[in-house]
Amino acid sequence: MSAAVALKDRVFEVLAHVLDPEIPCISVVDLGIVRDVRDDAVVITPTYTGCPATLAIEAAIRGELDRAGLSRLKIETALAPAWTTDWISDAGREKLRAYGIAPPPKGAARSSLRDDATCPRCGSARTEEISRFGSTPCKALHRCLDCREPFDLFKCH
Amino acid sequence: MADPVHECALRLGDDSLILGQRLSEWCGHAPMLEVDLSLANIALDLVGQATLFLGVAGDADKLAFHRDVLDFKNCLLVEQPNGDFAQTIARQFLFSNWQELVFRELTRSRNATLAAIAGKAVKEVAYHARFANEWMVRLGDGTAESRARVVDGLEWVWRFGDELFEVDGVIEPLIASGVSADVRKLRGEWDQRIARTLADATLEMPKPRRAAKGGRIGHHSEHLGHILTEMQFLPRAYPGAQW
Ligand SMILES: [Zn+2]
Repeated sequence: MSAAVALKDRVFEVLAHVLDPEIPCISVVDLGIVRDVRDDAVVITPTYTGCPATLAIEAAIRGELDRAGLSRLKIETALAPAWTTDWISDAGREKLRAYGIAPPPKGAARSSLRDDATCPRCGSARTEEISRFGSTPCKALHRCLDCREPFDLFKCH
Repeated sequence: MADPVHECALRLGDDSLILGQRLSEWCGHAPMLEVDLSLANIALDLVGQATLFLGVAGDADKLAFHRDVLDFKNCLLVEQPNGDFAQTIARQFLFSNWQELVFRELTRSRNATLAAIAGKAVKEVAYHARFANEWMVRLGDGTAESRARVVDGLEWVWRFGDELFEVDGVIEPLIASGVSADVRKLRGEWDQRIARTLADATLEMPKPRRAAKGGRIGHHSEHLGHILTEMQFLPRAYPGAQW
C-alpha cells in the first residue's frame, strides 16, 4: 500500500468518529463532507451555505486530527464541486433512517424540489410534506399518513 | 477604484446580507411555526451566501460590521421594511426569482470562486423562490383580507424591481470578460416567471411606476441605516469581542 493511500485510510478512519453536531447519528465521512486527503491537508466541503454547524464541524475535525497525531494536516475548504446529498453513503442513509430521519432520494428521484419521502418508522410511502423548511437547513418536515407520525426528511440537494 | 471583481462580489454579498438580516427579524414573530422556520432558514442561507461573497470582496466580518451605510451596495428592494407578512412575501417573490436566475448565470462565471459560490447557492435559492411563489398564490387566491394585503405589498415593492436589472460602468467590463452575469438579459425570463405566478394567484401585474434606484452607488433609503444600527451595534461597541 502506498503511503498516500495509507494516510487517506487512516484519516477516514479517524474522522469516522466525528459526528454531525446537529444530526449526531452520522459522521462527517458518511455525510460526504470529507472530499480528499493530501499529503498536507484534508479537504472538506460545507453541506449548506448557511449551515451554522460548519464551524463546529471544522473544529471537531481539527480536534480529532490533533488527537490522532495528525496536526500537520491543514483543513482546506472547497466549494466546488458543490456538495450533494448523493454523496451520503449507503451506510449513512441507513443510520439516518434508524435515527428517524428519512434519507434523501438518490439519483433520478432527486430531480424535483418536492421530495417524495418514505416514512422512516413504518416504511409507508403515503406521506405528505408539512413544511419544506425544518429544524435545520438540511431537513424538511413531513407526516406519515399511515402511522400518523411526523418525521424529518433529509432534503435532497 | 478597487478591483471590479470585489465590487461585483460586494453587491451580491450586500444583497444577501441585508435581506438575511431583514428576514431574521421575523424569527419568533411569523404567523405560524412552519413559516417561522422557513423564514429563519432562508435568512440563514442568505447570510451564508453573504459570508462567501464578502469573503471574495475582502474580510467578510469587517465588511459586514464596520462599514458605513453609504458604502453598502445592495439593491433598495432588500432593505425595505418587512411590513406585514404579505409585504415580506412580495419582496421575497421579486428577489428570489431574480437571484435564482442570476446565480444560474453566475455558475458559468470565469471567476472560479464566484462560480463555485453560485453553484452551491443556486440549489438553495430554488427553494426560496418556490416558497415565495407558493405563498403569493396562497395569499392572492386566499381570503379577501389576504388578497388585499398581498396586493398592497406587491404595489409597494414593485418600484424596486427595475433596479435589479440595471448595469453600470463598473459591471459592464465584467460582463464583457465573462465574470459577471448580464442581468439585462434575464429581464424577459423574470417577467415571465412573475407573470406566471401572479396568474396562478389570480393577481394582476401592478402598473409600471417610476423606478426607485441608487443602491448600487450607495444612495439608500433611510431604512438601511436603521438595519445597520441593530446589526452592527455589538461589534462596534465591543471591537474584537469573542464568545
Ligand atoms: Zn409511518
